Amino acid sequence: MKYLCFVYAEESSFASIPESELAALDEASLANDEELRRTGRLVVAQALAPAREAVTVRVRDGKMSATDGPFAETTEQLGGFVFIEASDLNEAIQIASELPMAKLGSIEVRPVLDLEARVRERSGG
Amino acid sequence: MIGPEVEFRIAEIYRQESRRVLATLIRLLGDFDLAEDGVQEAFTAAATQWPQEGVPDNPRAWLISTGRFKAIDRIRRRARFDRALRDLVVQLEHDDRTADESDEQSLQDDRLRLIFTCCHPALTPDARVAMTLREVCGLTTEEIARAFLTSAATVAQRIVRAKAKIRDESIPYAVPGGDELAARLEVVLRVVYLVFNEGYSPSSGEAATRPELVDEAVRLGRVLVELVPDPEALGLLSLMLFHDSRRMARTTASGELILLSDQDRRSWDQHQIAEATGLLERVWKAGEVGPYAIQAAIAATHAGAPNAAETNWKRVVDLYDMLVLADASPVVELNRAVAVAMCDGPSGGLALIDEIFARGDLRAYHLAHAARADLLRRMGRHDEARDSYRRALEVAEQGAQRRFLKERLAETSP
Repeated sequence: MKYLCFVYAEESSFASIPESELAALDEASLANDEELRRTGRLVVAQALAPAREAVTVRVRDGKMSATDGPFAETTEQLGGFVFIEASDLNEAIQIASELPMAKLGSIEVRPVLDLEARVRERSGG
Repeated sequence: MIGPEVEFRIAEIYRQESRRVLATLIRLLGDFDLAEDGVQEAFTAAATQWPQEGVPDNPRAWLISTGRFKAIDRIRRRARFDRALRDLVVQLEHDDRTADESDEQSLQDDRLRLIFTCCHPALTPDARVAMTLREVCGLTTEEIARAFLTSAATVAQRIVRAKAKIRDESIPYAVPGGDELAARLEVVLRVVYLVFNEGYSPSSGEAATRPELVDEAVRLGRVLVELVPDPEALGLLSLMLFHDSRRMARTTASGELILLSDQDRRSWDQHQIAEATGLLERVWKAGEVGPYAIQAAIAATHAGAPNAAETNWKRVVDLYDMLVLADASPVVELNRAVAVAMCDGPSGGLALIDEIFARGDLRAYHLAHAARADLLRRMGRHDEARDSYRRALEVAEQGAQRRFLKERLAETSP
């Protein structure tokens, strides 16, 4: 089964962390990705640019609007994601707990929905 | 062996060995999560190495030592970035706990350690069931959630908390000894029986049965009988097999329930009945007859009867009398009352059920009202029967049982 681990953290808190620690965190995150890849559990992992660089896009009545900033203003911002393959939710939770960012922020683990299966079911196939 | 054949063999070995390997790795690594990681690593290594090097002579031993080595290696790599893990590495490296893979007994003990730890009395009953199904039976969190009609997130939390409790309270990974064994075994058997009952007669939802849970419970029962041939373990397996032998006869093609008295007994599984009978004979020989064995003996009496009318109801009542002495409960009394009604006529049974209600017991138990309704119907007291069916419907939650009650209510209506 596939799970998406959303990595949330308070961007403002990074300012108070010494550069050497941030560097160690980056390295630890990359090493962890490599571990997951080696055991066939990584689909893709990516860190994201700060939320202030986000643009939110909507189409309403055929008109597109693009606004500055993230979709929702929250105390913790989405800072990256790790898309994993795990045998079940508890294994996914275990993997999430070992992400180096789990010590700093929060990881939301979401099972993916098999949209193709749902479409097949609806069409009675 | 070449590619696809090896893959097939690995899948087969995974089914047979992954839980045993896990059980031993938990002892060697001292932690459930580390051990689960080790199992995963060992099979990942097998998938890359075995197609080239061939399947080792003793795959289990190979998987255990590879899993242990890889798990420690992984912790060592993570410790480079996480100081908190350094002590653990030192501890694991200096640990002289090793698996003597040739010692079948010590590996068998590991399976028992796993079962007793998952069913530890310090865990909540829900957690015991979830831990047993996931760790001992190898079900996924999602499968357990589906079987118990709850969310995967809820089951996942139960498992996370149970593991934290095992770790924080240093619950020993051990088979209890001496006086403690009997009491702890009772908890284990109760977990197995609960899994069975939830499959045989689900407490909620629409389906009349959940065969996957029945199968897991029977499988667990077999493991227990193999590892601890205690009379009650034998009795429970016998009881489950007797009940499960009626699987094909218990529901209609569309999944509706059929009462014992109306079942086509020719479709009862004679192999299961023979096995259950053999187990029960072993209990009689052992001479220690507990509640599960008595219930199995009751089921055996039904299994030996050509139809409901020719059942030896006197013997069923006698066995219920024994059961009341061994393990009295209002539900046992209710079942005894039904047997008395079959033996001596409905009025005797009705009086007994009314006594139970008068005490205040079982008023929210739909089967008690349904049984009372059934006796009244047989006595021709249809108005009162309808009242009792209605009361049963008020408290019944399970889909198939509600449909059954509605049908009975319609039958007794003028």
